[in-house]
Amino acid sequence: MKVNCLLPPASCLLIISILNHLYLLSKKTYVHYYNPDTTVISMLCLGIEGTAHTIGVGIVDESCNILANEYKMYSPAEGGIHPREAANHHAVHLPEMLQSAMDAAKITAKELDLIAFSQGPGLGPCLRTAATGARTLALMLNLPIIGVNHCIAHLEIGAKTGSTDPILLYVSGGNTQVIAFAHKRFRVFGETLDIGLGNMLDKFGRHEGMRFPSGKAIEDSASKSKKYVPLPYSVKGMDVAFSGILTASIQERENNKSLEDICFSIQETCFAMLTEVTERAMAHTEKQEVLLGGGVARNKRLQEMVRTMAEARDAGFFIPPPDLCIDNGAMIAWTGLIMHKAGIKMSVMDTEVRQRFRTDEVDVIWR
Amino acid sequence: MIIRRGAEAEIHLTKWRGQKVIAKRRVPKTYRLAVLDEDLRQVRIKTEAKLLASARKVGVPTPAVLDINSSDCELVMEYIDGPRLKDVLPEADPTERQELLRTVGKHVGTLHSQDIIHGDLTTSNMIVEGGLIYFIDFSLGEWSIEFESKGVDLHVLMEAYESTHPELLEEFKFVMEGYREKFKDAKAVEDKIQDIISRGRYT
Repeated sequence: MKVNCLLPPASCLLIISILNHLYLLSKKTYVHYYNPDTTVISMLCLGIEGTAHTIGVGIVDESCNILANEYKMYSPAEGGIHPREAANHHAVHLPEMLQSAMDAAKITAKELDLIAFSQGPGLGPCLRTAATGARTLALMLNLPIIGVNHCIAHLEIGAKTGSTDPILLYVSGGNTQVIAFAHKRFRVFGETLDIGLGNMLDKFGRHEGMRFPSGKAIEDSASKSKKYVPLPYSVKGMDVAFSGILTASIQERENNKSLEDICFSIQETCFAMLTEVTERAMAHTEKQEVLLGGGVARNKRLQEMVRTMAEARDAGFFIPPPDLCIDNGAMIAWTGLIMHKAGIKMSVMDTEVRQRFRTDEVDVIWR
Repeated sequence: MIIRRGAEAEIHLTKWRGQKVIAKRRVPKTYRLAVLDEDLRQVRIKTEAKLLASARKVGVPTPAVLDINSSDCELVMEYIDGPRLKDVLPEADPTERQELLRTVGKHVGTLHSQDIIHGDLTTSNMIVEGGLIYFIDFSLGEWSIEFESKGVDLHVLMEAYESTHPELLEEFKFVMEGYREKFKDAKAVEDKIQDIISRGRYT
């Protein structure tokens, strides 16, 4: 089979390992899962996330109850993400996480109805590992499989916060986008022209000898300063750019500006840029909700800025709990589930991963 | 009297030295650090004034800039008392419409030949008065020599036109005719637009 020919060695080990872990659970009679609140039969979807440094397994039901949301993050001792090392990390941890997710959900594999996975965008080796895990599980349990666009999953999990039709400001290491639903697709209204904000923060962090990922350390450092050092404010229409800010920040550090002042100034500049383009997208689309997503969305200052902007516009402000902001399996499971219920079917042959999977390529028939 | 409230500015219809004028006030953004916010608004109001004046100088009608009130970040300009092109186009008879669209194209071509990017070309941002088509709202504008920026600028107009005037789609060709007439590098920009479309961005 074509898919098998592409497998890296780690993936073969992964398949064997999953088979070992779940051997006893497979091929038994199907058991219905009942929603504990409504005691109605509900579908259960298991989602596997693995686009970059985090491998996650989530289990959700049709009411978006999150039964399990396990994740493990690859954190190198030095430097940034090495794609192969990250993929190996995922392959090692995925089998046990599948088990612990099912334990946490208090279900067995027999109760699952659907397997979803992150099909892209992301790092090739990581994506392939998650996809291999999903295929193995789907084939073994004889369940339908569905590939999910990672960025869209960040938006759809907003359902958990009560938002229905938001502008999503999605800020992570690799991605920085302003996304909203318009004309039957999730459109990108603004995005970074060079690197993701998280990536920029990590690069600055690396220069300062901080560990990857550096967002939290930068946030802590920034909280100790109130002194603004001007940095390039780079907004072009609805788009933003961060590489100039990185260069300027490093230069200012070499000019002996204090680390606290520069961290403060980086946050003030970058977050204001993002809030500005988000507001512009809200005005343009006339939407009255803003949703945050992505790892950087956990930053308190970013949250404060976007909340202030939303309040001034009388718009709703929504932010998922931290576990659902970062890359996680639950959002993949939930998005896979609503796609499946809308009638989207994939065969294993359709599950090839897509490193450059664009948000606006997906035909959104479920909204 | 506030006649419009955008993402960043309020448009007031007011009096200035006895005449009816438009005052565009860039409102402070409380989410931003005050010092940064002040700086940005000052720079932007000046850039917009310069763009309006430069466009006017090369023959593209824009409201005349009358005053800049730095302390309030306010731009005072001539009030153009006419309907928006968006509302004029469907009403116009075919020959008249052809002429209007050609003029739009010529204006955009003239701006681009002078490296002026409007940044938000829509038929709502054009006002018809006294036989002229005025371009307003340069708040997203900039100067750029790049075909990319010019391509994006024109592409924004195409998309806006498509969604506002789907029944007049056929006639957009007159805009392009006017554009080519005034801008010698029109071909390069049109090629760039194909690039931009293939990237699938929605701006």
